[in-house]
Amino acid sequence: MADISNNFVGIKSPNPFWLASAPPTDKAYNVERAFKAGWGGVVWKTLGEEGPPVVNVNGPRYGAIWGADRRLLGLNNIELITDRDLYVNLREIKQVKKNWPDRAVVVSIMVPCEEAAWKAILPLVEETEADGIELNFGCPHGMSERGMGAAVGQVPEYIEMVARWCKANTRMPVIVKLTPNITDIRYPARAAKAGGADAVSLINTISSITSVNLDTFSPEPSIDGKGSHGGYCGPAVKPIALNMVAEIARDAETAGLPISGIGGITTWRDAAEFMALGAGNVQVCTAAMTYGFKIVEEMIAGLSNWMDVKGHKSLDDVIGRATPNVTDWQYLNLNYVTKASIDQDSCIKCGRCHIACEDTSHQAITSMVDGQRHFEVIEEECVGCNLCVNVCPVENCITMVPLKAGTKDKRTGKKVAKEYANWTTHPNNPSARDAAE
Amino acid sequence: MQSKQLADGIAAGRLPKGRIAENFADLHPPLAGHEAAVAADRCYFCYDAPCMTACPTSIDIPLFIRQIATGNVNGAAKTIFDQNILGGMCARVCPTETLCEEACVRETAEGKPVEIGLLQRHATDSLMAKNKHPYKRAKSTGKHVAVVGAGPAGLACAHRLAMHGHQVTIFESRKKPGGLNEFGIAAYKSTDDFAQAEVDFVLGIGGIDIKYGKPLGDTVTLDGLRSEYDAVFLGMGLSGVNALGLKGKDPQGVENAVDFIARLRQAKDKSKLAVGRRVVVIGGGMTAIDCAIQAKLLGAEEVTICYRRGQENMNASEFEQDLAASAGVSLRHWLKPVKLKAKGGVLTAVELEYTELKKGKLEGTGETVTIQADQLFRAIGQTLGEDDLGGAVELKKGRIRTKADGRTSLKDVWAGGDCTDQGEDLTVTAVAQGRDAAESIHKTLMG
Ligand SMILES: Cc1cc2nc3c(=O)[nH]c(=O)nc-3n(C[C@H](O)[C@H](O)[C@H](O)COP(=O)(O)OP(=O)(O)OC[C@H]3O[C@@H](n4cnc5c(N)ncnc54)[C@H](O)[C@@H]3O)c2cc1C
Ligand code: SF4
Repeated sequence: MADISNNFVGIKSPNPFWLASAPPTDKAYNVERAFKAGWGGVVWKTLGEEGPPVVNVNGPRYGAIWGADRRLLGLNNIELITDRDLYVNLREIKQVKKNWPDRAVVVSIMVPCEEAAWKAILPLVEETEADGIELNFGCPHGMSERGMGAAVGQVPEYIEMVARWCKANTRMPVIVKLTPNITDIRYPARAAKAGGADAVSLINTISSITSVNLDTFSPEPSIDGKGSHGGYCGPAVKPIALNMVAEIARDAETAGLPISGIGGITTWRDAAEFMALGAGNVQVCTAAMTYGFKIVEEMIAGLSNWMDVKGHKSLDDVIGRATPNVTDWQYLNLNYVTKASIDQDSCIKCGRCHIACEDTSHQAITSMVDGQRHFEVIEEECVGCNLCVNVCPVENCITMVPLKAGTKDKRTGKKVAKEYANWTTHPNNPSARDAAE
Repeated sequence: MQSKQLADGIAAGRLPKGRIAENFADLHPPLAGHEAAVAADRCYFCYDAPCMTACPTSIDIPLFIRQIATGNVNGAAKTIFDQNILGGMCARVCPTETLCEEACVRETAEGKPVEIGLLQRHATDSLMAKNKHPYKRAKSTGKHVAVVGAGPAGLACAHRLAMHGHQVTIFESRKKPGGLNEFGIAAYKSTDDFAQAEVDFVLGIGGIDIKYGKPLGDTVTLDGLRSEYDAVFLGMGLSGVNALGLKGKDPQGVENAVDFIARLRQAKDKSKLAVGRRVVVIGGGMTAIDCAIQAKLLGAEEVTICYRRGQENMNASEFEQDLAASAGVSLRHWLKPVKLKAKGGVLTAVELEYTELKKGKLEGTGETVTIQADQLFRAIGQTLGEDDLGGAVELKKGRIRTKADGRTSLKDVWAGGDCTDQGEDLTVTAVAQGRDAAESIHKTLMG
């Protein structure tokens, strides 16, 4: 049996599945249930400074997009940080940690961008014996208008400054949670590292409007006819999150900085992909909010099973394994030539590959051959783009077959070279020409 | 078990009224909104979709399903009606398992086609419930066309002609419109008086006048129509019924299946309909199946379909045969009736001879079997009411010879549906032919 126990910046948990700071971690009641269900850790819902707590809207907080069977694909929320009293939260955190010493309890914090505010709250959190803190620099709505959350996370200098304050004022590991609502995720990550943060976690939610009610012309979720942009999460955001994790993992300046991966993780497979790209563990929210805490059983079993099948003994065998394979476009091998190939036995003749290629791409798939409905790749035209594979409703019916070195590419009439060659040396590349001259 | 159920002879009320009502409920209940969304999502929006080719009226199926999926249900209905103004009935009665759904690529992929018929019903029901006719008539052309028969072919033809601005008069021999939609289709396929509602919907275009109780061949003659109108369309279906061809007069208890079904379709209270305790149906088509199932649903104890050839030769689809079997109907093959036994002029049993194919010819083997029966239905095919035509149009194999566009041997007479040699005894084919003939008439009249 593979060992899936996790050690993230010294915080130990029996598995790498944490619940992200969000409604599922707002109270002892929920967190107790989560730990009973098997979650490895939680990041407690964000605490604010002492005083009257924030208030939430009293109408709908969530908007969503669905697939046809109302499968939830994306969720957006306009909820703020915890709206419960600071000391109630602190007492509960302490009790829960005491009840569950083997689980990770990290506390998310968001206070104004002044050192005094951080200095005030850090000892209170430390006193709970929580395992670490996560700085919420990600929240894109409500709090950012008050100069917190994403308003800090979008300014690398602030990130560095606050991270430094925290490191100076607590012994607890500091994780900086990053907002994706920024042009280049590497800048805030570098700032977090420069400020001494132990790790980053990402992504927080993406600024979004999920839909517009076409009867009332109000954005959804609608509060008395008006709406505000919310934070988007759920399966739909996973590809964005994966890329941002990879960007940080492979950036020379932040390489090695631990990453807690967040963003649409729904199954063990999603989690494994995040870890392969460099995440040391993962945080989950929407999947739990959609299906309840029990999903962690599938995640634990699925991850262990895959690791057993592949012979990975511990998470260290998995983490970052895909990172070196993420590269810049200019380094991709231009001598790697593929052609689509349609398995006629599994083809159901829907014609989607044909029309996609015919209307929008390279006219490389037939629709009729000898008067019969027949879909076949015209190798003379096929550029190997993979569109047909993606639109085909039958799995493995169309595959991309690489041409062996030495064979002729019928489209270009050239032989496929066996050596790797990329854009940097390509004759059409002006800079390559310049370099050669 | 109530004794009434097992009463010998032909009797009414074999089952309690409520049970009979349940038995005749919708065969395929309509899809609710979410069910329709899920069903619609299964459509792959195929290129040059095979289902479209398989539909005799060539409805743009992927388009209407996509319209349902995106919440434009009325647009979906419009897509359907553009090709098939009787799309509501077709959604209920088309043997989709041998038409559009058989061609569905998901049938190939997983044996579970997209539920095209049910989706079509979802869309058409929704628009029809709005009681607003979706088409406007073109400016009047001043032309006047006579249509014979208010069945699917005649109605489809009349609607398309009216759309193009022609005036239409339909001559219908019965007192009610709809043809076999009203008198023939199984009751559980067309519930809640749908056939009449649909006729009202079709007539909503305006410019169509129906004259009831005016059969062609009586005071109305084809020559008369030809001289009085700019064109004539014949959509008179098949009004005759084949005889069993046995010696002597048929005893009491023997009836045409279509007459029994017509009576059943017109009955306000089906529990008052009499049916035999032991029923035999002779035939192998949709009529035989429908007749047998409905006899069973009325409470007949034993219902047996006897067909003179093998299962593979039956005109009724596999789905229809299964439906009969699951209703408790016995299907027996390679049997032909040779003698009707009677007591006091009332049917008691039927003697049947086993058959076989010898060098491609069907022959009796000499061996016989006797089945007890107090009621026997003939369902061995309908015939053209030839005499009504007065011998003026050319026939082919007992039906009116037509070209692809519905033209007959007479230059101002078109025909479509069951009465033609191109008919397939399907509502949807009759609709397609009626529509296409209207286009051909329009083109001809407008030069
Ligand atoms: C029992 C039964 C079940 C069936 N089930 C199905 C099914 O499930 N699905 C399916 O697709 N098809 C089914 N069919 C076939 C389908 O009903 C016919 O193919 C379709 O109705 C043919 O349409 P039509 O307009 O050509 O003829 P009809 O529907 O027969 O209409 C002809 C019309 O012309 C009138 N008429 C006849 N003679 C004259 C005259 N001399 N002058 C004036 N008017 C006249 C008739 O009264 C009638 O109104 C079934 C048929 C039967 C008998
Ligand atoms: S009319 Fe009949 S065959 Fe055509 S799509 Fe509708 S159900 Fe299918």
